[in-house]
Amino acid sequence: MMLQVESLRKSFDGFAAVSDAQLGVKKGEVVAVIGPNGAGKTTLFNLITGQLKADGGRIIFKGQNLAGMSPYEICRRGISRSFQVVNIFSRLTVFENVRVAVMSYNKSTFNLFSKAKDTAVSETENILKSVGLSGKAGRISGSLSHGDQKVLEMAVALGNRPELLILDEPTAGMSPEETRNALELMKLLSRDRGITILFCEHDMELVFSIANRIMVMQHGRTIIQEAPDVVRNDSRVQEAYLGGSDEGICCDS
Amino acid sequence: MSDSSRSAWKDFVPGLAVFVIFLFVPSFLPRFHVYLLGLIFTTGLLAVSLNLVLGLGGMYQFHHAVFYGIGAYTVALVITKTALSPWIGFLLAPLVSALLSLAIGLICVRLSKLYFGMLQISLGSLVWAVVFRWYSFTGGDDGIHGISVPDIISSTSGAYYFSLVLTGLCLVVMQRIVNSPFGRSFQAVRDNPVRSEAVGINVKRVQLTGMVISGAFAGIAGSMFVVIEGSVFPELMFWTLSLEIIIMCLLGGWFTFLGPMLGAAIIVLLRTFVGIYTEYWTIILGIVLMLLILFLPQGVLGYFLEKFDRGGMKPVREEK
Repeated sequence: MMLQVESLRKSFDGFAAVSDAQLGVKKGEVVAVIGPNGAGKTTLFNLITGQLKADGGRIIFKGQNLAGMSPYEICRRGISRSFQVVNIFSRLTVFENVRVAVMSYNKSTFNLFSKAKDTAVSETENILKSVGLSGKAGRISGSLSHGDQKVLEMAVALGNRPELLILDEPTAGMSPEETRNALELMKLLSRDRGITILFCEHDMELVFSIANRIMVMQHGRTIIQEAPDVVRNDSRVQEAYLGGSDEGICCDS
Repeated sequence: MSDSSRSAWKDFVPGLAVFVIFLFVPSFLPRFHVYLLGLIFTTGLLAVSLNLVLGLGGMYQFHHAVFYGIGAYTVALVITKTALSPWIGFLLAPLVSALLSLAIGLICVRLSKLYFGMLQISLGSLVWAVVFRWYSFTGGDDGIHGISVPDIISSTSGAYYFSLVLTGLCLVVMQRIVNSPFGRSFQAVRDNPVRSEAVGINVKRVQLTGMVISGAFAGIAGSMFVVIEGSVFPELMFWTLSLEIIIMCLLGGWFTFLGPMLGAAIIVLLRTFVGIYTEYWTIILGIVLMLLILFLPQGVLGYFLEKFDRGGMKPVREEK
């Protein structure tokens, strides 16, 4: 296993956002985490990437326990993430956004005397090309459309050349066409670059079309972690979506 | 010539031209004005150094004057209390200021925004209090007067050239830092610390590095002050001066590289010329500030750069 999450717990003021999360991700896989709103998906991701500290349980990445590490240390070990709510450097250009991550990966963050202008240019251009943002490289990122900002979210995460890419609702708020493009991009990253992807998403069509395995969460607990076909027909999953919540598993976007 | 070297020249030539003009200033301006220009360079360098952390790094460095004062006292003490060459004092000033920045920074960067600034004011005031009370070593509230700097920089024009050359060099180095990978990363940390951390940047360390660099330049400005005035006193590290430097940055435009320099010039001139007529010159400053906030929120230089579309956010924006 590349990433192994065991009995992870996190509460906020007595509310157990994540009470018993179990997750395994193998190298090269695309794994989706689904569940009704408030199931603890984002909290789980925040725990894995260090934005939150767990109350208990273990997060093992490539044999190392990530508990207690800062987000930057976790990132340097090969995990990059995007955020559900757009979280970019909105006053910098698209190009500069990605370059900040590439410079961090190249360990030139503390380089005081070379020119940023000449640093990490080709790597940054390649990433922008692969996500289709080359034409907007010079734009101030805060002025982009929401869909483009979500794509930039991913591009920034790619700047660190992750082995494991964690995407928190990568297509939330995107138009159908943008969603299709994002799906293609995820496939490309997984197939051509061999990046392992862990993502959560409400768009079930997208989830079932790309995920090798799906983990379902409800009330902070993992209820199942299986191949898409098994998950689709599992009674507990039907229950979670149809019984416990207004949202249906098929018509949610 | 390649494109990049051509654009490097384009950036370099105007600065060099201004520098050359300033070289000839002592031959046609009265001595008092030459002295005043030296003071403007010193104060301007101080303000630009603050803006490295304030404008570029977005850190609320509320007590920057401490690093200025420590630089000045370092030179003064080396000259008056030791048998060392005065030049050693000038070399030590930025080092001591940088060390103090590191010490205060290590404690403060744990906090963010206003809390960072408030803790810094208290720690800085502590340093001020020590200097203020330690009569046997620092001269207490009297300060140290009649500091004899080396002959070559002791005349008005000597002091002027000293401050001109040092300011020029420091500006070139600081500009370079602003445009370095570190400068860009610092800016990213300012805009979004959470995301910066998520892309592998050690945010606290970037902020600490920024503080140390900025403190070192403030120390150099402090050493220039000794050359120009020949004395040091605790007011150099009193919190009201820190406030004044922040005002210079806002006045000139804290999203521009040279804006704080302009802000410093405006304040030094206001104090000097309005100060002749009334000791309440700060009333004029207050009115100017109110007008500024209402009409030029981006600062004087920021306004003009924007007006002429020169990329008003120069340290913030770049290429394309």
